[in-house]
Amino acid sequence: MDLRYTDAEQAFRSELRGWLAATLPGLPPKPPAEDWPGRRAYDTHWQRLLFDAGYAGVDWPVEGGGRGSTPVEELIFKEELERAHAPYVGVNFVGLLHAGPTVIAEGTAEQRRRYLPSILKGDEVWCQGFSEPDAGSDLASLRTRAVRDGDHYVINGSKIWTSHAEVADYCELLVRTGADDSRHRGISWLILPMDTPGVEIRPLTTIAGSTEFAELFLDEVCVPVANRVGDENDGWRVTMVTLSFERGTAFVGDLLEAVELLSATVALAQRTGAWSDSAVRSQAGHLRAELDALWALTKRNVSQAARTGVPGIGGTFFKLAYSETRHKLGEFSLSLLGRAGLAAADLDGADGHGPLPAAAMVEDWLRGISLTIAAGTSQIQRNIVGERILGLPKEPVPSAAPSPVA
Amino acid sequence: MDFELTELQTDLAEGMRRLCQGEFPLERVRAAEGADRVVDRAGWRRLAEAGVFNLALPEASGGVGLGLGETALVFEELGRALVPGPLVASHLAAGLVGGAADGSVVVGVVEDRPTGEGHPVPVVIEHLDDLDVLVVLTEHGITSVEPRSLGPTRLRRPMDPLTPVWAVPDLPEGRPLGGPEEAARWRRDGAVLTAALQIGMAAWTTELAVGYAKQRRQFGRPIGGFQAVKHLCADMAVRTEVARCAVHAAAVTVDQAGVGDAVVAAAGAKLLADEAAVANGRSCIQVHGGMGFTWEVPAHLAYKRARVLATQFGTDDRLAEELGRSLAEQAPGVR
Repeated sequence: MDLRYTDAEQAFRSELRGWLAATLPGLPPKPPAEDWPGRRAYDTHWQRLLFDAGYAGVDWPVEGGGRGSTPVEELIFKEELERAHAPYVGVNFVGLLHAGPTVIAEGTAEQRRRYLPSILKGDEVWCQGFSEPDAGSDLASLRTRAVRDGDHYVINGSKIWTSHAEVADYCELLVRTGADDSRHRGISWLILPMDTPGVEIRPLTTIAGSTEFAELFLDEVCVPVANRVGDENDGWRVTMVTLSFERGTAFVGDLLEAVELLSATVALAQRTGAWSDSAVRSQAGHLRAELDALWALTKRNVSQAARTGVPGIGGTFFKLAYSETRHKLGEFSLSLLGRAGLAAADLDGADGHGPLPAAAMVEDWLRGISLTIAAGTSQIQRNIVGERILGLPKEPVPSAAPSPVA
Repeated sequence: MDFELTELQTDLAEGMRRLCQGEFPLERVRAAEGADRVVDRAGWRRLAEAGVFNLALPEASGGVGLGLGETALVFEELGRALVPGPLVASHLAAGLVGGAADGSVVVGVVEDRPTGEGHPVPVVIEHLDDLDVLVVLTEHGITSVEPRSLGPTRLRRPMDPLTPVWAVPDLPEGRPLGGPEEAARWRRDGAVLTAALQIGMAAWTTELAVGYAKQRRQFGRPIGGFQAVKHLCADMAVRTEVARCAVHAAAVTVDQAGVGDAVVAAAGAKLLADEAAVANGRSCIQVHGGMGFTWEVPAHLAYKRARVLATQFGTDDRLAEELGRSLAEQAPGVR
């Protein structure tokens, strides 16, 4: 057990820090949350800057055009970006974290040549078409149907939780190619160009008021068979292989953001006088213990991935615990905001001492609610821990594998 | 950075687990329930031979020269086996109190109450009859006291049948053993090692509950197949693992300069480990249903021990408050 970074790791960190310090001040102003074309331009510009500096696909293998960093370097990379308040991966999320790794692992040479460089450079944006209105936790029951017609598939169905669909060029699409009841054994993984006729996008609004998600309706959509990644009916395995790219760093940025939110909450309590209440101090202290422990668990998971090359169960432990902590933190900051939270964006600074971080707190509280739902609900995660780790008897219906990040 | 256990560390923990299985099987441990003395002197010396007390002592002082990280792994196993006795105090006393390191002298500890306040209850001391030396821990330092000089009264119904307790009206001055720095070390390392005992128990109660949930059938199925029970067990495993990482990180932060604030890390680890052990003890009883409420099923022993350990080297209120204050004083210390 060694928490000290090696000389090489420290060199990686300080070089990155230097580059961030030189680069971030030159970024254009952030576009408003609802300006999706503006956000695409902003996020892809940032991706291009990363590419030019050699930091694109830091976690991708070299043969995929990535930097091929170690899991520890990946941890450092995400930590430094968050601490420097660098742009979030944004609209490049699916391409960099999911579609790209899938194409690297399972795509043909032609597919790799065609799709990977444009993800790394920020030229093309991807979205994910996995979940369906009737296939959430039970992803293997998906029903969007693809029927072979010569050298094309004709696709009918609908998808949900498709993030950034409005500005995406491609969608990684899971379709049913086997019999209706073939479940895991009858799914294929396709690349759907978003400008294909018959693709209709309907934006969804979240409880936080944000619009990153959409529903996707597919009506007689034609996709070339050449756009299939992996064999027909082998899409479930293709999808799962990609999960093995996860090396324990998925929530590094999130976790450090939570640490900042806790600091801001403490600062707020000090300003409002609530800090004189020992119960408030204890709650804050408890949250600190939890966040520190989750940081230690992150390091454990990253170290495990570095040794074994595959993600362990630690990611599931992390997600279960982190999402609960995040809920508590949200409730804590809200209770301290009191009535200033009722219309936070308008009441910022209402205590006469400059801006309160109220709007951000309310938004964090609401966004935090998705954490026990997205990428496998906490209930599904508990089944996974119970069945795969503790060896308890399985649910009567085959439980879905951890569903990929939506 | 490699926060996984080294091969040596894994071997050390496995060796200690085997030793505990041989020397401290549950039936033998339970045979001492309710007794005035629960320390088996021969077993204690075998623990000493295995390094339980001198693991972190420098080789020049007759120790093994390893760190708190390794010691925490060993204590996890002691906790898992419910080994009774003042393990933490005897470990901390090695090098300060002659005979502690080789297990020939059993050392206990008691925290003195703050002065100047009315004390509605007397000082309660664990394991007094087993002790050769009692260490008194105050803010100003640590002193050693002759246990039998205190006029102790044995309390007949201790919460944990394997942690006998005595009441004494007051604590004498004692012979000085160390100053404020030494007292701070006892508090910090004592918190980490007690937390290690707690996560060992938290892991054990998880296994106990899971084992029962696999074997106990109701409605024609093993109860572990029901999500309501399965999820209780899953939460036990998650709690243990999160607290375990906190304990390991705290121990390593003590050992390795420059990786963080060891006092804060120790407080956080103790807080979460206490909670994990207590909550898992309760869940373990719950999973066992009515049988869990019987004396026969050992779940209550872990639950009670967890409550005892939660009062040592920092209670949850004090630790959380300490951690809260650390947030106000500085930017959050995760690094």
